[in-house]
Amino acid sequence: MNSRTWAPYWFVLPFILSFLIFFAYPLFRAGMMSFQQVLPGDVQFVGLEHYSKLWNADFQAALWNSTRYTFWTLLLLVPVPMMLAVFLNSSRMMARNLFRSALFIPALTSVVVAGVVFRLIFGELDGALMNSILNVFGIPRQQWLYSSSLAMVALVVLAGWRWMGINMLYFLSALQSIPKDLYEAADIDGAGVMRKFTSITVPMLKPITIYVITITLYGGYSMFTESYMLWAGKPSPQNIGLTMVGYIYQQGFQYFNLGFGAAIGITLLVITLLISMLQLTVLGMFRKED
Amino acid sequence: MKKMQVWLGVCLFVVVMALSGCSTTKEASGGTSGEEGNGGVTKLVFWTFVDAHQKFYESMAEQWNQEYPDQQIELEATTIPYDDMHTKLLLALQSGVGAPDLVDIEQSKFPNFMKGVPQLVDLTDMIQPEMNNIVQSRVEIYSKEGKYYGIDYHVGATVMYYNRDILDQAGVNADEIKTWSDFEQAGKQVLEKTGKPMITFEGNGNWSWWPAISQQKSDQVDADGNVTVNAPINIETMNFFQKMVQEGVAAVAPGAGHDTEEYFGYMDKGNAAAVFMPFWFMNRFTDHIPDLKGKMIIRPMPAWEEGGNRSAGMGGTATSITNQSASIELAERFLAYAKLSKEGNIQIWKQLGFDPIRTDVWTDAAMKESNKYTDYFGDDIFDTLLGVKDEIAPVHIREKSPEVFDAVRNKAMPEIFINLKDPEQVLNDVQAELTR
Repeated sequence: MNSRTWAPYWFVLPFILSFLIFFAYPLFRAGMMSFQQVLPGDVQFVGLEHYSKLWNADFQAALWNSTRYTFWTLLLLVPVPMMLAVFLNSSRMMARNLFRSALFIPALTSVVVAGVVFRLIFGELDGALMNSILNVFGIPRQQWLYSSSLAMVALVVLAGWRWMGINMLYFLSALQSIPKDLYEAADIDGAGVMRKFTSITVPMLKPITIYVITITLYGGYSMFTESYMLWAGKPSPQNIGLTMVGYIYQQGFQYFNLGFGAAIGITLLVITLLISMLQLTVLGMFRKED
Repeated sequence: MKKMQVWLGVCLFVVVMALSGCSTTKEASGGTSGEEGNGGVTKLVFWTFVDAHQKFYESMAEQWNQEYPDQQIELEATTIPYDDMHTKLLLALQSGVGAPDLVDIEQSKFPNFMKGVPQLVDLTDMIQPEMNNIVQSRVEIYSKEGKYYGIDYHVGATVMYYNRDILDQAGVNADEIKTWSDFEQAGKQVLEKTGKPMITFEGNGNWSWWPAISQQKSDQVDADGNVTVNAPINIETMNFFQKMVQEGVAAVAPGAGHDTEEYFGYMDKGNAAAVFMPFWFMNRFTDHIPDLKGKMIIRPMPAWEEGGNRSAGMGGTATSITNQSASIELAERFLAYAKLSKEGNIQIWKQLGFDPIRTDVWTDAAMKESNKYTDYFGDDIFDTLLGVKDEIAPVHIREKSPEVFDAVRNKAMPEIFINLKDPEQVLNDVQAELTR
């Protein structure tokens, strides 16, 4: 037994420990809590009671909102940052650094501050920014945060504003690692701009695209703060802004129904796991390399 | 190999220490509180979510120390945002470590702390002797099985705030409005003469409905904890209010609530003639609606029938003592001093602008002394309150309440006031969902 055989285990030990302590154990406890009624001084096993109550209107609203939000953010936050990254990577683009930082700055802002600002932007009075823009085009003012579809617009715009820069940065770094000679060879073969983009750029970006899709999926289903801030910490009318994590928070902490909250959490975990697996399978992540 | 084992041991030790560090520091802030330190000074930790409440208790601690030099208190008061504080407290009580000695708990959150075995100290013995001097409903709402666990700051008597300028313009005398039907008539007159709505209702809140049904001795949850959202009185009340909205006599408050920036701006410009809100709403006027200073008057709410109740006690925050306190007795004495004594109740008006729960101080000369509230509304505020003193029916706050409040606020109200759906249908639906 020498130190060489042990060394790898030593190096991964911190990760294994932190995984066990901060992930596996809480997960195990949450799983257990989802079968319990947790009250101060009175914890009881209730079997599948929480799960049997799970399929209700609030849960459906939360799942529907989170899914819609994830769908729109995927649609907005994968292709657009990819295009922006391609533009900003081009040497013909003017003021590249200025645009790069301008697009990235929102990511540095706290979601709480952004939420407050967006609440004012999407205010219902004539003077609110979005409504004054509509006024210019002769469209009457809207009650943005009272209608399900308009509220979704507000949430997606906020997500777009905030995460665009980060996703763009991922694509930028991936673009810079594509060998230049591929493009040169394509040039010699007489390939046009579009052909180069579809035949070289997109395939070469595939690993990072899968990564961006995965984190956007995860980000979509775990969204909470944005919706919490847009409605100032109060429940949104008709639950139009209720998300899955918001529902965990509402049940677990606002109604102090920790067991039920845990059951929602475990369900959310299963849902995101299934979707991620599906996505990775479809995109061929599990296929053996040729 | 041995070396490895030693290293492994060291690593595990470090991890365990680091983890337990989290809990020992918590214990240090919570656990050492309430113990006597040097020189006989006892440290009491207090959490609140309202900055003004912190200042109030700090000043009461100062006074206490002057009056009882042999039982000195060092009050460590902290203001934590509303949701954070209640969540932190729940977790501290659930886990058994880290709770403060004294804590403010908001009314709609209180039922959460009554679930299971209450981790708050039973204050019944302390409250009982003062029962005849205080508005009883203000301790009833913090009770479980006949035991009291918290004391409110105020009664929260709901009153009508009228903009006298608008009423004068329309030729309406606020003192002649006795019933809701008078109110509707006056509203029509105001609308006709000024083009402005008489009143605003919350489109996403509970304050425009709850006081009105409480006036008629109805509630959202009954004394036994059953959900009564669709009780006939509740539906009738809602029909009446919705009719006023349809007539233009009432408008939905901008921002859908009475505590929004939009509403403050709207009211400040004199866009509506009245609003009924609890007494504590006064400071929204003084702090956020400055232009109406001297123009607003406070009157009782209209009654639903001659001789009916003209007010309702709404909202509130209780101060409780947690069972993790190391000096419960001192905390109790201090709490009684701050919240139950005459002096404490006068200070509650002077510092916080609330209607204190001890009604015998309402006639005290201190209530007429000039302050920012009397400057704004005139010095007859407590005369109005005295008139409705016996017309404040208790509200029922039970285990189901937080869920019921949310459903009413975010499902029923927007449907009824913003989407103008049939109140009976909406309330039946909400009731069905809550009792599913």
